[in-house]
Amino acid sequence: MIAPIVVFAIGNPSRGDDAIGPVLAERLEAEALPGIEVVVDFQLQIEHALDLEGRRLAVFVDAAVDAAPPYELRRVRPRRDRSHSSHALSPAAVLETYERCTGRAPPQAWVLAVRGDHFELGSGLSAAARANVEAAWSRLETLGRPSAAPSPGAR
Amino acid sequence: MTESNPLETDRTPGLKRVVIETLTRVEGHGKVTLLLDEDGHVRQARLHIVEFRGFEKFVQGRPYWEVPVMVQRLCGICPVSHHLAASKAMDQVIGAKALTATAEKVRRLMHYGQILQSHALHFFHLSSPDLLFGFDSDVARRNIVGIAAAHPELARRGVLLRKFGQEIIRVTAGKRIHGTGSVPGGVNRSVPLAERKALRAESGRMIEWCRDAVQLVRRLFEQNLAEYRDFGSFPSHSLCMVRGDGAMDLYDGGLRARLADGSTLFDHADYSTYWKHILEDVKPWSYMKFPFLLALGAEDGWYRVGPLTRVTGCDFIPSPLAEQERREFLAFDDGSAARATLGFHWARMIEMLHAAEVIEALLEDEDVSGDDLMARGERQRRGVGVIEAPRGTLIHHYRVDERDQVVRANLVVSTTHNNEPMNRAIRSVARRYLDGRTLTEGLLNHIEVAVRAFDPCLSCATHALGKMPLAVELRDADGALLHSLRSGRA
Repeated sequence: MIAPIVVFAIGNPSRGDDAIGPVLAERLEAEALPGIEVVVDFQLQIEHALDLEGRRLAVFVDAAVDAAPPYELRRVRPRRDRSHSSHALSPAAVLETYERCTGRAPPQAWVLAVRGDHFELGSGLSAAARANVEAAWSRLETLGRPSAAPSPGAR
Repeated sequence: MTESNPLETDRTPGLKRVVIETLTRVEGHGKVTLLLDEDGHVRQARLHIVEFRGFEKFVQGRPYWEVPVMVQRLCGICPVSHHLAASKAMDQVIGAKALTATAEKVRRLMHYGQILQSHALHFFHLSSPDLLFGFDSDVARRNIVGIAAAHPELARRGVLLRKFGQEIIRVTAGKRIHGTGSVPGGVNRSVPLAERKALRAESGRMIEWCRDAVQLVRRLFEQNLAEYRDFGSFPSHSLCMVRGDGAMDLYDGGLRARLADGSTLFDHADYSTYWKHILEDVKPWSYMKFPFLLALGAEDGWYRVGPLTRVTGCDFIPSPLAEQERREFLAFDDGSAARATLGFHWARMIEMLHAAEVIEALLEDEDVSGDDLMARGERQRRGVGVIEAPRGTLIHHYRVDERDQVVRANLVVSTTHNNEPMNRAIRSVARRYLDGRTLTEGLLNHIEVAVRAFDPCLSCATHALGKMPLAVELRDADGALLHSLRSGRA
């Protein structure tokens, strides 16, 4: 049985605030909310398009240097991606890859962009990032509620 | 160490610097600096890539058995390569001179799964857009989405090949990412029969798709021979690992260095003492290390690694379909593809085919499901692990004290080996396409195509949303901004 909601938590747990995604994923997995599958990875890649199959909702959780603290919840739609020199895809490009490979529309998708500022190898979450994680968690955990669908004004 | 290349320290009045700064979605980023003379000719090219120097400190003080798992946090692209190179180093530390048959075959299966999925990503996601749409095409088309729009079946195959490689990694490493399957002295799991059968059912289709990919690159060479043959090309020494009988072996073997004229500098060298053959130079302008062949010196001893050097450097590939393709590759146009920088792409697809063949053979091998997993021996203070990672030779070197703590670590990654060759490729391309006055999207495209042939990994650092993928600045000798160019948001 495919869970109707997939949460992609992106980031390297050993690189300071880049751990925001994995930290939130760990809490989400501990809650074992029904109907939610959590996918954790360093970065998004083309095969993640396959994880969209059969979902009602997709949420991409990631550290963001351009988000207003504590976080921004953004609707994301399939879009041609310009990060051609990168080994990583954007959430929009993952959706687009799914659309093009399957010929079907991807599920509704949102990005939970949690503000991060420090990304040094071997450092932990900064104090500011920890506070941002707490704020983001209060939004993320509502996903488990019946018919949950994020809205940007719900911070 | 040695005197720097005069091109790298040129302070001639009137020289201008062109700075091409790539801020990809990953925190680790590349920046290209072009040094021009007053006539607008490119005198120098430098590729700056943020490297994980901090890692060597990060691992110090940790118990050695944690290292194979920790090192996976270096890179989101090739964590398995670091996992296995560190494991091989720690095999030496615990004195495990020979692994059990099951342990070695499970590790090989994991490694060739990594090779397949990494090469599939590079070809279908990163390089085929350049090749299929042309180097001057709209950047918005030159990505996986553009490929999917124009070539939906190709895009689908790319995704499914990646997925197949990831599944191989999952069943051998225990998890899709951050696996723990390989440990000092062996592995902690073998592959259940049911998983082997399920993957074996798909392997034939994967081999066929890999064959098609090789043919696709060949057709691209045939159709664009004049451009591909010379694009960013230059003579180069090379380094790779080969099996005892000279066969391609991406997991284990001895080091072989070939000179640019095709002669052999050293062969079957024991990688446990790699420093007898390779030293690392430093440059005042870069944090990256510059390895060189000791016998040739820092100035002339630079070399390249990766698929092209492996396919041309081995005596044969020990799987029939890939070996046939290797022979045709070497013979093509009197060997011009095998000398070309863009030949990396063709060689990469031959390796992907080889990986698929090896995977199929290992999935048929009962040893992969065996239960004799570990070997031990006499404890050592030093361990060196070398593996041919997707991008080239990867060296992990550790010293471990009597309290089992790592006290020193040295890593030489593929992108580091290829430092100077990438600079040469950029300079070659820039000399041909830069007009000396204005930065153009076309120039950036061509430089990216040259760099991408080497598949440098910029992902060893972190990543975060909101980074700009490309920023370009043209500055004069005094640092004044003459022209800037920046591409759209990722």
